[in-house]
Formats: sequence, structure tokens, C-alpha cells
Amino acid sequence: MNLNSYGLRKFKNRFFFVACAVCVVLAVAPLVSILWEVIVRGAPQLSLNFLTATNAKDGIGPAIQGTLILIGLTSLIGVPIGILSGVYLAEYGNNHFGSTMRIINDALTGVPSIVIGITAYGVIVIGLIGSYSAIAGAIALSFMIIPIIARTTEESLKLVPNNIREASLALGAHKWKTTLRIVLPSAKSAVITGVLLGVARVAGETAPLIMTILGNRYFFQGLNEPMAALPLEIWRDSLQAQQSIIAQGWGAALVLILLVLSINIIVRVVSRGRLRK
Amino acid sequence: MTNQKNPKFFTKKVASLGDFLFKNLAAVMAASALALLLIIGYELASGSGSVIRTFGADFFVGTQWVPNEGREIYGALPYLLGTIASSGLALLFGVPLSIGIAVFLVEMSPRALRVPISYLVELLAAVPSVIYGLWGLFVFRFILVDYIEKPLNTYFGWIPIFGGPTPIGLDLFTASVVLAIMIIPTVASVTKEVVAAVPNSIREGAYSIGATKWEVIRHWVLSYGRSGIFGAVILGLGRAVGETMAVAMLIGNAQGAAAIPTSLFAPSQTMASLIANGFLEAAPGSLQISAYIGVGLILLIMSLSINLGARVMVTKVLKVKGGAVE
Amino acid sequence: MKSKYVIIGAVVLAIILVTSVAAYTFLSTPSEPIVRINGAGATFPYPLLDEIMTVYSNEVKPNVQVNYQSIGSGGGISALNTKTVDFGASDAPLTAAEASNITNALHIPETIGAVTITYNIPGVSTGLKLTGQVIADIFQGTITKWNDNAIQSLNPDITLPDQTITVVHRSDGSGTTFVFTSYLKQSSTAWSAAIGAGKSVSWPTGVASIGNTGVAQTVSTTSYSIGYVELAYTIENNMPVAAVQNPSGSFVMPTLASTTAAAQSGAAGLPAGDASWTGVNLLNTAASDAYPIVTFSYIIVYKELSNIPDMTQEKATALVQFLWYIVHDGQELAPELEYAPLPSNVVQLNEATIASIIFNGQTLPTN
Repeated sequence: MNLNSYGLRKFKNRFFFVACAVCVVLAVAPLVSILWEVIVRGAPQLSLNFLTATNAKDGIGPAIQGTLILIGLTSLIGVPIGILSGVYLAEYGNNHFGSTMRIINDALTGVPSIVIGITAYGVIVIGLIGSYSAIAGAIALSFMIIPIIARTTEESLKLVPNNIREASLALGAHKWKTTLRIVLPSAKSAVITGVLLGVARVAGETAPLIMTILGNRYFFQGLNEPMAALPLEIWRDSLQAQQSIIAQGWGAALVLILLVLSINIIVRVVSRGRLRK
Repeated sequence: MTNQKNPKFFTKKVASLGDFLFKNLAAVMAASALALLLIIGYELASGSGSVIRTFGADFFVGTQWVPNEGREIYGALPYLLGTIASSGLALLFGVPLSIGIAVFLVEMSPRALRVPISYLVELLAAVPSVIYGLWGLFVFRFILVDYIEKPLNTYFGWIPIFGGPTPIGLDLFTASVVLAIMIIPTVASVTKEVVAAVPNSIREGAYSIGATKWEVIRHWVLSYGRSGIFGAVILGLGRAVGETMAVAMLIGNAQGAAAIPTSLFAPSQTMASLIANGFLEAAPGSLQISAYIGVGLILLIMSLSINLGARVMVTKVLKVKGGAVE
Repeated sequence: MKSKYVIIGAVVLAIILVTSVAAYTFLSTPSEPIVRINGAGATFPYPLLDEIMTVYSNEVKPNVQVNYQSIGSGGGISALNTKTVDFGASDAPLTAAEASNITNALHIPETIGAVTITYNIPGVSTGLKLTGQVIADIFQGTITKWNDNAIQSLNPDITLPDQTITVVHRSDGSGTTFVFTSYLKQSSTAWSAAIGAGKSVSWPTGVASIGNTGVAQTVSTTSYSIGYVELAYTIENNMPVAAVQNPSGSFVMPTLASTTAAAQSGAAGLPAGDASWTGVNLLNTAASDAYPIVTFSYIIVYKELSNIPDMTQEKATALVQFLWYIVHDGQELAPELEYAPLPSNVVQLNEATIASIIFNGQTLPTN
């Protein structure tokens, strides 16, 4: 460390304080800009017709319905598997099998979403169903959400103090009853938080939907038919030249961001309360 | 079953059908991770079979991309280079910002601002990628073009990385800057943990010999957390490599040799963006779609390697430093 | 306990989810059972096709829903090849290789449109004069500046700026590209030798965009750029277009009139619906007021519809009736969108083609 003149050191001190503060501003500014643009450009689009029109040319009703259906189906498939997976890793997973699965889970959370899309395309669109279909999209999103929920569930269960488990076992309850009736319920808000965050994450994914649900201008037509979804709608609208369609894209972006942010904010508010306990 | 009669037996072994069933059911669910990985591996390997058989090593090092039936050539190298270039640039722009943010939050920020700022930075991660793309396409790129790209291209265009035709904002630079913004929450939050975990005794020791706050941070804190920060960078790299939509919408969608990243302000293409932009065009079962899946395979291998590398790094940090990062 | 709120929140979310799905489903259910037809392909005719599909669904057959994915001619032909759609749409007729894969394909010209040369030069309005040779040189990268002598000499009364031209072309396999490059091949020996024609080519220079809309968007947001876009899109977005020189020597603007003139002039001697259509084009037609870059846009179907898995009698009938509508009443919607209506000889040809479509060996009612 060079002991330069005290003035230079003091200057450096102030300079880097400002530099770090500038870093914060540079990071937060895009967030503010994005929220601003989405609200300013998207809000004028929001009308009852825009949200409910039966034809995707006039509105994003099919896209909203599609996203909601995807959330529902993905949760239906992904939540039970993910939670049970996390239960295993937390309660029974202190062995080779468990640690291997844990590593694989971590690796899966890093797999690019477009690769998941290709996988679901091969398994469902080409294989099981034979056409672009809503269920293919739901399965692609489940592939993404299961590792996330498994990991958050495991971490939530690990936070439950061991004496609760021991007390239950000492009273004669079997391990599975202990886990299901005592441990899981006491961790339930953390687990549900993990699920909600996972849902918020996959609700905004586009890449896995491109080659699975394809998109549709009409409302839900069946699990084995193409379907619309908000992120897909936004992407397709962004490729258009007509200003009115691009504006619809902004409207869809506003709805999507409201959905994702409200889940995030609810989770945040609730967990802050929990931590302060 | 027998638990009432023999408590010793109960505590040692799985004595009930319920335990047996539940444990194994949960184990099967946990094994879904392995099943998923195998399915992904299988689909990508089998799907890319025909393009790899047809072109062999040329697929991985070739630079042409000609989808016309009868004279098809597919080479993935430009997109591999594009992924490396865009992720590298994203780290170049994003890591210093993230470290600055982490340092600010832990060492400099007034207590009252700490939570709100942390939260805002985390919110960056909640915005879906396609919305980053939308914003980049219609808002941000014009700012970049007017204030950075055009001036640099006009006055310093003789330097190759600033050269090329007049920039229009759909290029490697714009995609990399937006990518940098997207990885900030990941890198910043891990770096924040690392910096917060540095023991106070280190700081106090440095202050006691007269160092200024910045000197303490730069020479003591950051070097103590060196490997943790490196781990954070690798995590950010993993995120950048897999990012698809924002890049697909902003990188300019170049194909073939034209996609090789030579200038910051020329259109390029990453592996993920190529697939997103072109997959639907190809006929199922064709050589063309096999080429896209082949590119996906390279992408998968790359991101799994980075992910595993990060894991090793973080575990090593925990073992060496002994402090709890999580 | 705060966990109570989490549960309440999650339950509320679930209730909202279920009710909205139910509400939407209720809103969208018509009285008769719905017949769904899936198509995919060209972006070129999309504005017209979209309008026809909307009117058909709203006024003619409310229980028929046509879902069309505008993914480019290349994608449409791929989808037809793998039988994942009921009909494909392309501005380029099937090549010999493609025709051998799609057995007994029928070409049904559905409309006629113009490929415009659109540009964005601040200060220069619509009507810039260009020749085929000059356009080819620009897209080949031989001419790089707007004030190049070749362009300036064609436009003595406009001062062109000293700026580099940004060329915009397609990244996806496009029938529009096929038509445009076929025109360039006819106009420039240099282009013909180096690049040729096709749904996708190795562009020597320029920026790639997806779809007619992508090119239109990129050109309108990028100063000093040039691109090739179907006429309806340039009108929709108030974009300036070039007046291109035709074989008679006149510089002609792409309009409904000049497109119709080309159609009338070039639509003789067409092959039967089930024959090969490679080589059919409406480029550089003889009429003095014809725009030189004009093309048919085709709907392509299997003659025997049972080739498509999941095809049913209802779907096949609905498809045939929809096609009949397109070439008859649907044509009335064309002029408003600046697509030329099909000349009567082409309509007659189409009638015979559509009538020949069979399902499990049986012909289908066209009304």
C-alpha cells in the first residue's frame, strides 16, 4: 500500500464513495426506466375490450388466459414433485444418492430455458402428442420449476429445528407422519414462498414456449392444441411494424409485470414479517 | 405395526409400511432430477445426431450457415464465439457495477437505505427477459446509439472493435449492456454476502494502522473475499450464457460467418438467440432442425460446465474460509 | 402469525386463477361445436388473410376458427411437409425437391401483391427512382452511399445525403425474399452469378430482420436504411417506397393499379393446380403501367386431405369452404389493403383446383 500524500488518499476515498453510489444509480436507473416505459406505453391499452376480446388481433385475452392456464398446470405437475423432492433431500437425503441429486438439481437450475424448450419439443411435440400443444408448454415449465421448488423446499425444511422432529418421534409418531403433519406445516410459509417465487419466475419465461405452445389467436382450445401466452404475445408483437400492435405488446408487458411483481412483493412483505419474529 | 410392543426396534429401523412408502415415494420424486437431466441429455444428443454425423467436427468449427436444401452447410462456431463475446462483455460491464453496489450496501450505505436499495436491485431479477428485450428494442438502444455507438463509430471507427457500418443499435454492444444489467442482481447479491462475511477484525486491524475506508475495502476486504467474488462472477457468467430472449431481440440476428463478433457495433448471434430466432422455421426431422438442436447441445454442455465450476468454487470457498456464506 | 397471510394469499391467487380461466372459457364458447383449421406460412399475404379470417369467423361461419401462424414461407412449407398444419402459405411455389416431399400438392394462388423497395432517408419523401440494376448493386454492397452517382443520376431533382446505406433483409426463409432475389437475378448479371435467388440467400451485406414486419420495423426506425417489404406493410406504416423502372422504361410506383396491371398482363398460361408451378412469376411483365416486382401468393394443400393426421370430415369440408371463400368473396377485401384481386381466369383455375380436393377419396362441397 502506497502511503501517498494524505490529500490524495482522502480524495480517493471520496471518489470511490461516489463511484460506488453511481454504480447503484446505474443499476437502478434501468429498472425505473423499464417500469416507467411499461406503465406509460402499456396503460393506455388497458380497456375491458383489450383484456377480454375473443380475438387476439384486438386484445390479449387469449394470452392472459394462456398464462394463467400454464401457471395452473405447471403448479399441478411441478409443485407435488418439487416439494416431495425437497422433502427427501432435507429429511432423508444425507447419503450419496441425496447429495448426487442435490448437485444435479443445482445443475438443472442453470440449464438455459431454450434447451428446456428443445427437450419438451422432442418429448411432447414430436413424441407424445404430435403437435404444438398447451400441455407441452406446461411440461416445459414444470421441467424448469421442479428443481427450483425442490431446492427452496429443502432449505425451508432445514430451517425447522430438530427438536420438533425429535419430540414428535419420541411421542411415537412415525417418521412420515412427523414429516407430513409436523415438520412440513411448520415450514409451510417458507415452502409456499418458494413455490410462489418459482411460479413468478416461470410465468415470465418465453423461450420454452416458442417451440411448444406456438401461440394462438383464440382462447384455449384444448390441451393438445396451440395456445397463447403473455410472454409469447409480447415477443411476437415486438416483431411487428404496426404501431398499434406494438402498443398491444406494451399492454401485455404491463399485465405480465403486474402479475410477476405482485407475487414478488407479496412474498417480500410476508417474509419480512416472518423474519422479524 | 410392532412399534407399541418394541420401542427399541422402532427407533432403529423402518418399522412401518407408511415410512417405507413415504420415504421411497419421496426418493423417486427426488430422482426426478436425474430423470430430467437424462431426458434433456437424450433429447439433445439424439436430435443433433444427424447434423453431427453429416458434418463431424466441421459442425463445431465451421462458420457457414446455409439452410438451402441441397447445399446445406451448418457450422456453430460463430454462435459459440457470440455467446463467449456477449457474456464476456456482460461480465466486463456488470461485475464492476455489482461489486460497487455490494460495497456500497455493506460498507457505505446509511442503514436506512440498505433494505430499499437491496430490494430494488433484487427487483431487477424479477423482470422477465422478454420485457428487457422490449425495452431495449424500443427505448434503450436509441440512447446507446446516439450517445455511445454513433460517436465511437464515427470518430474511432478505425479501431476494429468500433468499426463497421453505421450502428443501428441491434448489435453485440446493446445485447451485452442489457445482459450486464440482467446479471447485476445475481453477482451483486452473492458479492454482498461475501463482503458482509468478512470478519470485522480484519477491518479493525486495517483501520488501526491508519488506512482510509476505501483502502480498507480495496486492499483488505475485497482481497479477503476474492474467491467468493470470483464464485459470484462465475454464477453471473452462467446466467449470461443461458439468457435467451433479450439477446435474441437485440443482437441483430446475424447468421453464418457474418455473425462472428468482430465489431461491437455489428450484428452478431449467440447460441441461445440463434435457436430462439430460427427454430420454428425448420422442419421436424430435417437436417436444419438437427443443426439447431446441435447448437443447443453445445450450449447445454457449456452451461453445465460453468455451473459445476461455480459449485466447486463456492464449496472450496466455504471449506477454505470457514465462514458461512449462506 | 404471518404464515396465515401467506396461505390466504395463495388461496386467493388460486381462486382468481380458476375463476378467470372459467370466465374466459365461458366468454369464448359459441353455440355450435367449433371446427379448427390450422395454417402457417408467409408473412406477405398476412394482412389480407387476417382480414379474411376475421370476416369469415365473424360473419360467415362463426363456428370455424382459422389459426394462422405467420412464420414465413419457409416455415409454412416445413410445417406442411411434416403435416403439422392443414394448409401452408408461400409466395414461392414449391421447388422440385419440396414437391417430391409433399405428394400431390395443389397450388392455389390466393392473392397478388407487390414487393416494394422501402427506405428511410430523412428529408426524402416517397417516389425515389431506382432501377433493378441499381437495387441489385445496393443489396450486393457495390453501391454503399446514398449520394452514389448511380442513384443520384436517376434522381437529379433530389439532393441525396452523403450517408452509408444500411441494407435490411430477411433472416427467415421467405417467399418475399425468393421473389425479390429472383427479380435481382433478372436485373443484374453480377447478382445472378454471385448470389442467385432463393427463400434464403447469403446476403453479402446488411442487417437481418424476421418477417415482412421485422424488415418494415427496422427500416422505419433506422435512418438511411433500405429494405424490401410487401406493399400492405409499407402503407400500414406510411413508409416511403421507390418508383422502380419496368421493362417499358417507366418508373412505376407500387400501387393497386400497377399491381393489377402486372397481374392482368402476366396471368395467362398458368399450369393446372396439381402441376408444377416452379417458374411461374409476375416479374417484369410487359404492360407499360405494370410494377415490375409483383407476385402471386399461394395457399398450398395436399390434394388428399387424409394425409394430415387428425383431419376429419368436418375439418376437410370447412377447409374447402374457406378456400372457396378466399378466392371469391374474400377477394373483395383485397383492394382496400392494396392487394390486387385475382383476375377471372385465375379464379376459374382455382375453382377447378379446389373442387379437386378430396378427403378419403371423396370430393367435398364447396358451399
